[in-house]
Amino acid sequence: MPDRNESIPDDHDPLRNIAPTDSDHLDYVGQQGLAVEQETLIEPDPGKREQARSLWGDAWRDLRRRPIFIISAVLIVLLILIAIFPSLFTSTDPRASDLTNNYLRRPDWSDFFGAGWFGYDGQGRSIYARVIYGARASITVGICVTLAVTLLGGLAGMSAGYFGGWMDAVISRITDIFFGIPLLLGALVLLNAFATRNVWSVVIALAFLGWTQLARVMRGSVITVKQSDYVVAGRALGAGTGRLMFRHILPNAIAPVIVVATIALGGYITAEATLSFLGIGLQDPTISWGVDISSAQKVIRQAPFVLFFPAAALSITVLAFIMMGDAVRDALDPKLR
Amino acid sequence: MTVNGATPLGATTPEEVAFAQEVRRGEPILEVRDLRKHFPLTRGVLFKKQVGAVKAVDGVSFDLMQGETLGIVGESGCGKSTLAKVLMNLEPASAGSVKYKGEEISRLSGSALKAVRRNIQMVFQDPYTSLNPRMTVGDIIGEPFEIHPEVAPKGDRRKAVQDLLDVVGLNPEYINRYPHQFSGGQRQRIGIARGLALKPEIIICDEPVSALDVSVQAQVINLLEQLQAEFELSYMFIAHDLSIVRHISDRVGVMYLGRMVEIGSDLEIYDHATHPYTQALLSAVPVPDPTARESRDRIVLVGDVPSPAKPPSGCRFRTRCWKAQEKCEREDPALTAREWLEGRARHDSACHFAAERENI
Repeated sequence: MPDRNESIPDDHDPLRNIAPTDSDHLDYVGQQGLAVEQETLIEPDPGKREQARSLWGDAWRDLRRRPIFIISAVLIVLLILIAIFPSLFTSTDPRASDLTNNYLRRPDWSDFFGAGWFGYDGQGRSIYARVIYGARASITVGICVTLAVTLLGGLAGMSAGYFGGWMDAVISRITDIFFGIPLLLGALVLLNAFATRNVWSVVIALAFLGWTQLARVMRGSVITVKQSDYVVAGRALGAGTGRLMFRHILPNAIAPVIVVATIALGGYITAEATLSFLGIGLQDPTISWGVDISSAQKVIRQAPFVLFFPAAALSITVLAFIMMGDAVRDALDPKLR
Repeated sequence: MTVNGATPLGATTPEEVAFAQEVRRGEPILEVRDLRKHFPLTRGVLFKKQVGAVKAVDGVSFDLMQGETLGIVGESGCGKSTLAKVLMNLEPASAGSVKYKGEEISRLSGSALKAVRRNIQMVFQDPYTSLNPRMTVGDIIGEPFEIHPEVAPKGDRRKAVQDLLDVVGLNPEYINRYPHQFSGGQRQRIGIARGLALKPEIIICDEPVSALDVSVQAQVINLLEQLQAEFELSYMFIAHDLSIVRHISDRVGVMYLGRMVEIGSDLEIYDHATHPYTQALLSAVPVPDPTARESRDRIVLVGDVPSPAKPPSGCRFRTRCWKAQEKCEREDPALTAREWLEGRARHDSACHFAAERENI
């Protein structure tokens, strides 16, 4: 609540140029009553007065000052850099293996300053190099599936929630059908249908099966927002469907979708790992955190660090995206600024 | 502003004459005839079968004159808000006609409807939910200009928004703030500014002050009155607070169960009510003076409002009326002035036995 005690300058008195005409009406509250109405806010910053603000502009201004956003943004930029240019971060070939140099060998000090500072896996390959080179497949799968699922599910949920009626009935039933398909079983069948299995076939399979969750969240959120008075007010002004959807409903309905999508991002990277473990996802010459995590599970008692490093990389990635999602969600809510 | 300067009908004391002369009587700007809004009740999941209808608005007729304020009162669920929504074309009418300056508007769509929306605007009940929390005040008030670009050229919009803020008594520098940074009264002013942006001729106020505290209510009511004088607006003012309606209205219509049961000037309704329901409503208005309160004869209605899905036959009020007779069950009373009534009591009232009652 703004400060009510502060008074407003006289030149904002609404009575200044409107003379009351009906004395009968005036004695309802009288002139004294009108003096009370000058509830005011803190004076705005005069320097910023002239430029018009928008939600996204304000959100960006706010984000730049949030430490959580800065940390997550730096992490994400770094991860994307690693994914695009892995050779910048290591000169070791992640596929070069020396079977005598595997995880059972007792490490000596020189290992901590060389290519093997994360240790070596069962086939004597540098874990550090594999974490660096594995980023590309994992991050591609994570980001692309999340984007595809958010777009697809968001669009479906938005249409179902906004239009309602038969549109909602059809989309919701399709969603239910997809919900009934077990993710791994469905992906197994789907991926078998692909002639070549690479990162993109995994992306398509996961996006095809995963959009329903986002569609449901979006639909519920849109239905709640659709009924609010400001949407009715927009309609009363003559706003069209596009304006109502994208100016009024979407900004107010997107928050839970952002949260669910960023959490799901980690899930997609692990789903890719599971598929690889089952032998239908990425195949061995491809390097991904998922492939390494699943192969490291077998040696967890002898050499836990083989599992630790790719898993830690995955956790950091997921954490960075969740933090980013949280910061964006907060920045889009003017009340939390 | 009287008709030919003649003494208005039934004005007896000088105050009444003076007051009645204030009542503006222009041309009808909105003519509503036998308007109905029925919400179907359906049964079945896949194959929906209509099993009945909630008759939220069931045959309402009235005129809204240019420059006047028509108050609509009635208890919760009587169809006031549905009436407003149908008039705004937010809900399609089931039957009946709404004419704006002689032109039928209840079945318009597309660009014709958009054009009519410029002239009829609405102020909402709850200022906490009627403003988009993620838009700045400038965007909220400027949105009408984006939807109807012909009203204000692009370069002038910011200035136009600031002028509107000034008109409703807010600091024009608040343009970049968000709704949550304002109090309830200030938010309602923003809502009013949005309604005014297109320079409409009619503003439908759906309980615009019922969510505000009493001191702020008065400010908003006064603001509405100033704006009416300045912009020659016609108001349809929906409320359940009888005192506020009396204060702001030139004419008052009383609704019960989807029907208009009595309509007339504020003096006719408040001091010379002839419909038993209006009399019961008025007797429930709190009286501040304890002695007057004791001498007053309160009418306490028995029973509940019947379901609008199954309204009683004949007169809808008969199930709770102390005057009800067999005729009320058979015949639906028309909303007309009964010939046996005299003076101010002779106004439109939908009761077979319309009569004034002392001491309410």
